[in-house]
Amino acid sequence: MKATKLKILVLLLSLGSIMACNSGSKTESSTTASETPSHLQGQASVEDNESDKNILQVAIGSEAHSTLVVAVQAAQIENILVNAGPLTVFAPVNDAFAALPEGTVDNLLKPENKGDLTTILTRHAAPGSYNMEDLKREASKGRKIYMATGDYLEVVVDGEDVWVAGAKVLASIQTSNGIINVVDKVILP
Amino acid sequence: MKKVINRTSVVISVLLAMIIVGCSPNSGSNGALSSSVAERVYVAPGEQDEYYAFLSGGYSGNLTVYGLPSGRMFKEIPVFSQFPTSGYGYSEETKPMFETSHGFVPWDDAHHPDISQTNGELDGRWIFINGNNTPRIARISLSTFETEEIIEVPNSAGNHSSSFVTENTEYVVAGTRFSVPVPQRDMPIDEYKGNFKGALSFISVDPEHGHMDIKFQIIMPGFNYDLSHPGRGKSHGWMFFSTYNTEEANSLQEVNSSQNDKDFIAAINWKVIEEYVNNGGGTKMPAEYAHNVYDESTHMATSTMKKEVLTVNPIDIPGAIYFLPTPKSPHGCDVDPSGEYIIGSGKLSADLTVHSFDKMIAAIEAEKFDGDAYGIPILNYEDVLAGTVRSGGLGPLHTEFDGKGNAYTTFFISSEVVKWELGTWEVLDRQPTYYSVGHLMIPGGNSRKPFGKYVVAMNKITKDRYLPVGPEMEHSAQIYDISGDKMELLYDFPTHGEPHYAAGIPAELLAPKAKKFYKLEDNKHPYAVTTPNEVTIERKGNEVHISMATIRSHFTPDNIEGIKVGDKVYFHITNQEQDFDVPHGFAMIGQNSSELLIMPGQTKSSVWEPKKVGVWPFYCTDFCSALHQEMQGYIRVSPRNSSIALKWSLDGDELN
Repeated sequence: MKATKLKILVLLLSLGSIMACNSGSKTESSTTASETPSHLQGQASVEDNESDKNILQVAIGSEAHSTLVVAVQAAQIENILVNAGPLTVFAPVNDAFAALPEGTVDNLLKPENKGDLTTILTRHAAPGSYNMEDLKREASKGRKIYMATGDYLEVVVDGEDVWVAGAKVLASIQTSNGIINVVDKVILP
Repeated sequence: MKKVINRTSVVISVLLAMIIVGCSPNSGSNGALSSSVAERVYVAPGEQDEYYAFLSGGYSGNLTVYGLPSGRMFKEIPVFSQFPTSGYGYSEETKPMFETSHGFVPWDDAHHPDISQTNGELDGRWIFINGNNTPRIARISLSTFETEEIIEVPNSAGNHSSSFVTENTEYVVAGTRFSVPVPQRDMPIDEYKGNFKGALSFISVDPEHGHMDIKFQIIMPGFNYDLSHPGRGKSHGWMFFSTYNTEEANSLQEVNSSQNDKDFIAAINWKVIEEYVNNGGGTKMPAEYAHNVYDESTHMATSTMKKEVLTVNPIDIPGAIYFLPTPKSPHGCDVDPSGEYIIGSGKLSADLTVHSFDKMIAAIEAEKFDGDAYGIPILNYEDVLAGTVRSGGLGPLHTEFDGKGNAYTTFFISSEVVKWELGTWEVLDRQPTYYSVGHLMIPGGNSRKPFGKYVVAMNKITKDRYLPVGPEMEHSAQIYDISGDKMELLYDFPTHGEPHYAAGIPAELLAPKAKKFYKLEDNKHPYAVTTPNEVTIERKGNEVHISMATIRSHFTPDNIEGIKVGDKVYFHITNQEQDFDVPHGFAMIGQNSSELLIMPGQTKSSVWEPKKVGVWPFYCTDFCSALHQEMQGYIRVSPRNSSIALKWSLDGDELN
């Protein structure tokens, strides 16, 4: 979309330059064509193959989270997931999305439902770093997890197992900017 | 998608440039808007500069990193001065960097940066810079952009004729500006003449690690050795040093050092001397000088005091050293990219003197000498002269080259850069500077391969160039486009401290290898913790060592009890992050030191000697994360005779 607009701009500018001067003109570029991402994009476009992977990069690399990644892209919240954070993301697996009533996901992915989608995704993110052990500690101290939407979610521990708002935590993954807790359910209000 | 936008935006800027450049007079005198000048220094948000420029900070003691053509400053690299911003020189690890034979010297006057070379071309491995006041040479990594090594230079004073590297960085040289008694001794000052000596030090650079070692010092006559540059190409193996005060005056030098019509450029065949010392030549002399090395894997510096230096007496090595008469107290001593021309800028002269390397060799082979000075043969001025540039300017100082047969010389008194042609000595162009320019810099401009697109003039006087900020003004710099026949002033920007020389290099040679963070697994610091589970506190008498971890957004531990008044508390803090540009800071109330700014994977330490009973907070000084304000902790300090045991915890869980 942006690229299309830029192409039109380029065409207009070329036309302008031809109209403005008919003598041979010197071309000169003051800036280098660097590999660094343009300012038109956010922090998600920073190229860095050396740092530990961030939440977004880990999610993109996880086959079990392809639906979540599509949803994140549709909601255009990539930049939030690469921010300094720290963030804890409860990341439902594809099966969790598939278990929603038929058509729910497709419906949420529609551009006009971007607001709802963003709210649902944001409900899966908590400021701070909470891996499985931290969640157990929170539960043992009777603390709830404060989510980015302002909700407080309850942590339930049974032996080695941990649930957050009814979603079972299957694994905790440390990332450069926080934690991904893989969960088996989408956490709906 | 990203690539498309990048390419598209470049196309747009090219097209914009076409419109503007193509349709306006190319005089550069009609203001920025009508001449496309603004476009040529404009680096759009998110775009990056074409060149790095490293400007010495002069009396700031440090080195600043700029982008060209934008003139934006990216970093101040602490070198010879304590730097509270990062804790350099305050942290336990970096205090040894300031050790000298005079004790802890936390400041110097940084002058002439020079980038390492291979085959006479910039290789972008290290940058060297000299400390002028307490003679030292520093080596800075161009991957971490941190100072890795400082070596003190004995028998030297006013280490000005430094720190220039030979064609393969075999040596970095350090010539003394002030001659002194060698060895130092108690003697009348007015017995200077004939008794004071000028040491020229050749410091070898280990090709793999860059470690410096003084290979030999040439104990020269008691002149002032001002600047130097290496031979290159055919003159590789020679080093050229300008001298003044060949009068050997010891007072009111501004008059007494200007009596001789000509001083000298000393031509030194270091390869001959190298062979001489490799075969056992030279005299080992007692000396005292510090060698300080920072180890990237331990994140610690160590200081070693060296006790001996190998000295060479010029008269013992015939065929190695000659004097080239050069008019009027030459300052700059610059060698063109071909290695044929040695340019001496007589700072009290209107003209530039250009010596020919080939003629010098011919005169040496013919043994045509005009006497000697302290046993060192003096060549005939006319025999070595290639030409004279009748500049029309006044007060020539320094020359750089564009690699296209042109030279650019600064004139302090007439405040201008003059472009002239090598070989014809014809002046081609001149542009004013604002004001009283010292050095100038073309990236690679003193190597075999200059990148002759821009020249930066570094001025000594600022006056009205910027909004006034009281009596003390930062110095001004101007950047000129030199890609055309005429120089064009593009932009004017303030610099930090007093930039003397600078060194520039294409961004593509450095940016891809710039380090992003330190790997925790490589951290060999004795108090490093590579996971927060390893944190510990150890008491040894009244010394307490706290190994602490930081990760967004807390310290582990963050509650500590059992510290007592009179303790000497060492905080050893390891940043657990492995993510580019996520430092954590550490500051403790009442600490008689600076903060620590700890890069990902790094360990830094500071000392706190609590004097008051109470509960005292510490916190992270870097806005590291959304929960940065929460990143803090407390230390309970009990009376000296307290029996409270050491205890440390996080979130109420004891960790010991």
